[in-house]
Amino acid sequence: MYEIDAKDVYYRDLNEQIRNAIKNHNKELVIENVCGQYYIGCGLSDPDVTITLHGVPGNDLGAFMNGPEIVVLDDAQDGVGNTMNGGRIIVHGSAGDVLAYSMRGGSLFIERDVGYRACIHMKAYKEMNPTVVVGGCAGAFMGEYMAGGTLILLGLTKSKNKPITGNYLATGMHGGSIFIRGSVEPHLLWEQVKTEEPSLEDYDLIKENVKEFCNIFKNDYNEIMNEEFVKVVPKSTRPYGDLYIPGP
Amino acid sequence: MKWMKNLKTYTPPAFTVIRDNDRCIRCKACVEQCSFDATFYDEEEDKVWNWDSNCVSCNRCAAICPTEAITIEKRDYSYRRNYSWESHIDGLKKRAIFGGTPVVSMGNDKPYKIYWDHMLLNASQVTNPSIDPLREPMELKTFLGKKPHSISVENVSLKTKLSPQLELDVPIMFAAMSYGALSYNVVEALGRAAKEMGTFYNSGEGGLNKDHYKFKGNIIVQVASGRFGVHKPYLDVGSAIEIKIGQGAKPGIGGHLPGEKVTETISETRMMPQGSDAISPAPHHDVYSIEDLRQLIYALKEATEYTKPIIVKIAAVHNVAAIASGITRAGADIICIDGFKGGTGASPQVIRDNVGLPIELALAVVDERLRSEGIRQDISIIASGGIRNSMDVVKAIALGADAVYIGTAALLAIGCTMCQQCHTGRCAWGITTQDPHLSKRVNPDIASERLINLLKVWSLEIKETMGAMGINSIESLRGNRLNLRGIDLSDRELEILGILPAGE
Repeated sequence: MYEIDAKDVYYRDLNEQIRNAIKNHNKELVIENVCGQYYIGCGLSDPDVTITLHGVPGNDLGAFMNGPEIVVLDDAQDGVGNTMNGGRIIVHGSAGDVLAYSMRGGSLFIERDVGYRACIHMKAYKEMNPTVVVGGCAGAFMGEYMAGGTLILLGLTKSKNKPITGNYLATGMHGGSIFIRGSVEPHLLWEQVKTEEPSLEDYDLIKENVKEFCNIFKNDYNEIMNEEFVKVVPKSTRPYGDLYIPGP
Repeated sequence: MKWMKNLKTYTPPAFTVIRDNDRCIRCKACVEQCSFDATFYDEEEDKVWNWDSNCVSCNRCAAICPTEAITIEKRDYSYRRNYSWESHIDGLKKRAIFGGTPVVSMGNDKPYKIYWDHMLLNASQVTNPSIDPLREPMELKTFLGKKPHSISVENVSLKTKLSPQLELDVPIMFAAMSYGALSYNVVEALGRAAKEMGTFYNSGEGGLNKDHYKFKGNIIVQVASGRFGVHKPYLDVGSAIEIKIGQGAKPGIGGHLPGEKVTETISETRMMPQGSDAISPAPHHDVYSIEDLRQLIYALKEATEYTKPIIVKIAAVHNVAAIASGITRAGADIICIDGFKGGTGASPQVIRDNVGLPIELALAVVDERLRSEGIRQDISIIASGGIRNSMDVVKAIALGADAVYIGTAALLAIGCTMCQQCHTGRCAWGITTQDPHLSKRVNPDIASERLINLLKVWSLEIKETMGAMGINSIESLRGNRLNLRGIDLSDRELEILGILPAGE
């Protein structure tokens, strides 16, 4: 185990320390006193490395990341998993806005809530299928332009009179699937998406990920799975297909 | 019969194909070559016919015809003359018939003023001698990136740590045109030419095919709002990374590669499912401010360990000078400004024809603003969008650019005839298509040779002109507006361009 104290360390120096530690074949990194440093784990490609963060990391945690596992034992800020390609990020708390923007691979497990614009333009390709499991609720524009991948929203923090997501859910979605535990009010949805009952295969996928979620955050699996899920799917893979015609 | 005219969708043909029946030897080469279904052969009559409505005037048939039997003519306007309506009738009808907005390619073709043609260059006479580039060395080498405010030297070596730079042997690069928009062979040709000439090809936002990773050292990779094909090896292969905020062909709107163009290899390169629309959102949804842009710039710098310059590309828009200042302060190493004449990209016609600024004016105001704020050395400027010849390059550099991008000019060198059908994916010259039958029409050996020739000739022309001005290094030309004079320009235009009128 390799320890780094991040107290009063500028983000650029901290990230250089992390990169150097990995270059020196350290596989388990623990970083103490993290306080808003940007870009932790950005662009790292080593699949067998684990980085544990004590404290709140700054924006773009794990951006362009392609391998390691990052465990945050606190909340995280904006841009977690931005354009991430592989690896895993676990946040024991809530995460900020623009979670998983354009994420193409790997997985994110967020214990509590996420902010606005989560999973915009998430996409999948062949064996790369990004998975995001959010334990709490989400802000507006969740899954906008979503082109692939799996997003599971559990709503465990949902209070009775509040919706599980903000408005404009899945606007422009043309691929992938969003599973929401419980129900979703129709007025939150974009008109070109619909909800349907998840298939048995879908439920296998949900169960697998919820099990993992419960393993990580020590939740009661049966209690979560007691409630049904709805699946949000695009009506077409070409929502904008008719908007344009060949010009002169 | 499939050639039957449909009254419901009729608009008058724009071109007429005239065929000299005496010359035609019925070889059917034109029938085979036409990718727009405008030419067909009638066996019963042993005659080649044309369907003028489908003709786009790409001139492929005329070029292939061994007996020069084919002429294509612009059809004269057949509605009653009406100055205010005549160029709008067909477009309006199409919208009404098909219920969609027309998409076009190849940049703004409206007759807006071209400022390049209103600027004249200087030459030396007597008082300082002109230089003969055939006899004396002429320096075109250009470095793009942040320059230090001051340098310190210790023991005859440079102590100041320099920012990463792009080193160009000629100040001309190939603009961002993605594999997907362009065919495989064209990307191959652009890559080879860039390597040979010591310059760069910009991969565009569609990712880079694994075969083209061999051009490492001569590739700029682009990160756009869709983030297609963006992953660590892709960022690593680029000598610089370009964040595309906007492009001249369609300022402010996103990209849209239709599902039918997303073939297997394109899907592999873009890393997205085959047949699905490739939608690039209008903004980067993680960039809503200059501060956010700074965050993305430094995320890319972190991901590549501060080894590569970061370019930010924007379309030239009304407030371009202030935006460029923000981009400089956000930490970009290079800014690319794309004028409204630019545009190999597919774009809704209304946007292409009405949005943006001429690059000449945008370039002049950006250079001036950055100088007045004392931050010009923090960033290099690439001008693009409507660079048509070597003199446009010279004038752009004299106005303040460090280098230029050429897109349309490069495609013209390969065979493009500007028929503006790039977005249809049926390019008869094999340039902007993924149809294997069509794309093999570009031979990468010949195409790269032509691109190399073009850059060599332009370089010579630039050297000749510099020599005439008595300048032997492109560095001395940069921002040297005293070598420009305006003609037929208003006082206000001269003031914006920062140049004197001819005769003064």
